[in-house]
Amino acid sequence: MKPILTVDNLQTHFFTDSGIVRSVDGVSFQVNEGETVGIVGESGSGKSVTALSIMRLLPSRVGKIVEGSVKFQDIEMSKLKEKEVRKIRGNDIAMIFQEPMTSLNPSYTIGNQIGEAVRLHLKLNRKQAEKRSVELLQQVGIPRAQEIVHEYPHRLSGGMRQRVMIAMALACNPKLLIADEPTTALDVTIQAQILDLIQQLKKTSNTSIIIITHDLGVVSEICERVIVMYAGRIVEEGDVRSIFESPSHPYTSGLIESLPSLDESVEWLETIQGNVPIPSQMPTGCKFAPRCKFVMERCKQEEPELIDIGMGRKSRCFLEGKRKNV
Amino acid sequence: MKSYFARRILQLVPVLIGMSIVVFSIIHAIPGDPATVILGDHATPEAVKELRTEMGLDKPLISQYFAYVKSIVTGDLGNSLRTKKPIQEEITPYLAATIELMFASMIIATVIGVNAGILAAWKRASWFDNIAMFIALVGVSMPVFWLGLMEQWIFSEKLSWLPSIGRFNAREPIEAITGLYMVDTIIQGNWAGLWDAFKHLILPGLALGTIPMAIIARITRSSMLEVLESEYVRTARAKGLSEIWVLYKHALKNAFAPVLTVIGLQVGLLLGGAVLTETIFGWPGIGRYIYDAIGYRDYPVIQSGILIISTIFVCVNLVVDLLYARLDPRINYK
Repeated sequence: MKPILTVDNLQTHFFTDSGIVRSVDGVSFQVNEGETVGIVGESGSGKSVTALSIMRLLPSRVGKIVEGSVKFQDIEMSKLKEKEVRKIRGNDIAMIFQEPMTSLNPSYTIGNQIGEAVRLHLKLNRKQAEKRSVELLQQVGIPRAQEIVHEYPHRLSGGMRQRVMIAMALACNPKLLIADEPTTALDVTIQAQILDLIQQLKKTSNTSIIIITHDLGVVSEICERVIVMYAGRIVEEGDVRSIFESPSHPYTSGLIESLPSLDESVEWLETIQGNVPIPSQMPTGCKFAPRCKFVMERCKQEEPELIDIGMGRKSRCFLEGKRKNV
Repeated sequence: MKSYFARRILQLVPVLIGMSIVVFSIIHAIPGDPATVILGDHATPEAVKELRTEMGLDKPLISQYFAYVKSIVTGDLGNSLRTKKPIQEEITPYLAATIELMFASMIIATVIGVNAGILAAWKRASWFDNIAMFIALVGVSMPVFWLGLMEQWIFSEKLSWLPSIGRFNAREPIEAITGLYMVDTIIQGNWAGLWDAFKHLILPGLALGTIPMAIIARITRSSMLEVLESEYVRTARAKGLSEIWVLYKHALKNAFAPVLTVIGLQVGLLLGGAVLTETIFGWPGIGRYIYDAIGYRDYPVIQSGILIISTIFVCVNLVVDLLYARLDPRINYK
């Protein structure tokens, strides 16, 4: 399989009044053609910033990619001029955001907002753009597409708006789709519908997808590979099945244990004690050490490397190294 | 949408009635008897009585009011005490002069103010932002008469680029049709006249437009800053749209409502409050007309002037409200 996206040692920092925040701190991964990769982690783990860095959509005043490379196909994104990036954005790489309620412009019709991208990238005229918008709305399962094109976003429900966002992202048949928490803001039933829709699109279009989420349930449902992030770093990576069966990193196990299960009836769900460390109080050793059940003296002193543990899996934990050496 | 417009226009009726009552009361709010005030202390009792009858002051207040409203509605504003001419004829050219000046200054203020505000918000905390906002602060605090005099001194006295007084070159007068000389000269195909009228508009327009420009720039900036943080702006960028497109299409339309409010209010202020500018630049506008009337205690003129200015003010605000509905589809029309 050919990689469509290669992220290498990406470091994105935020320069705030209270100091530098290393939101993404040396992240490397690959996404292959037609593959669906999940990036999971708690809030503040740097997953959204990773996505925004790929798209070069960081808030320009404070957020900067300080090092590393993002390669889309054979194009080095970080070296492109803003004008050249715009040709890729919304065209080859499209993005869906978390909040469908606020991600659409309230002042323009649905048709106008979907049509904009195709008029820009595919050079369609107004009429063709409207036709394409209707097609896209039908494709994402919106009823009365002919009428909805002329509606304003406030007339649609959250689920409908997320469908519109997806239609917008698909407008130019992107090669890579980045969905940042696409179901978080939606009702459970609607979540399932949106995931179904993404599944379906995956089958029909061969688009590579990156799904960013804190919900391992979403990952297990539609992803082939998963990347677990913690405090700006990748702590574990591998195929979904083996990670769910035998998580290597204590953080991953914690996430999996905190999932509710239908098989067992338990009164309390497992939780991971503590919180994601705040940037000014980042631990010197392993970033997860203060919350880890298996913490050793060594974890507090030095940080483990992300090591290959076989079967295409990687983990950032000394326990794994030990296991290997034994 | 249509019913919303109709309802909004209907809502004007009570406002206009209230306004007419206030304006009507002005003549009765003058201490003493209006007729005596008008004729002066040395008038004979017969003359005062005659004037009272003529003005209808001997009738009950309520019928005086209805007579007043009836005459306004039929377009009769009464006669000026000083010139004895019908006010509606006398006031028209002054009103046209003011409206032309107001348009000029509001166009200058809006075009420069809005663009400066957008750029300042976009390049927040840059040198442009700092300079623009400093100028805006100075602009708001600058006394308009001083600014006017400085402009005249620099652009007319020192550089001789622009005329400093009047609406046109007195040697080549412009024939009035609407009273808006920029329009009249275009209708007549009088291009030299158009250029002349335009040149005469620049300095007073700039003087009068400076404060609104500064206010508009500041409001646009703060409103844009808020909108630029919003997620739909990020969506627009994610589509690959250019920054100009993002700023002017996606951000500005959502940021414009407060700017529009300020523009509406400033138009009202400029209508009545241009006395200083009109005086400095010898601009025969309604502000000066009313100011002179006050000096002569020409009450019918003062009444009519206030009535016209407030009516325009109310109408401008109606237009602003209707434009809101155009800007934001979420405004409920029900």
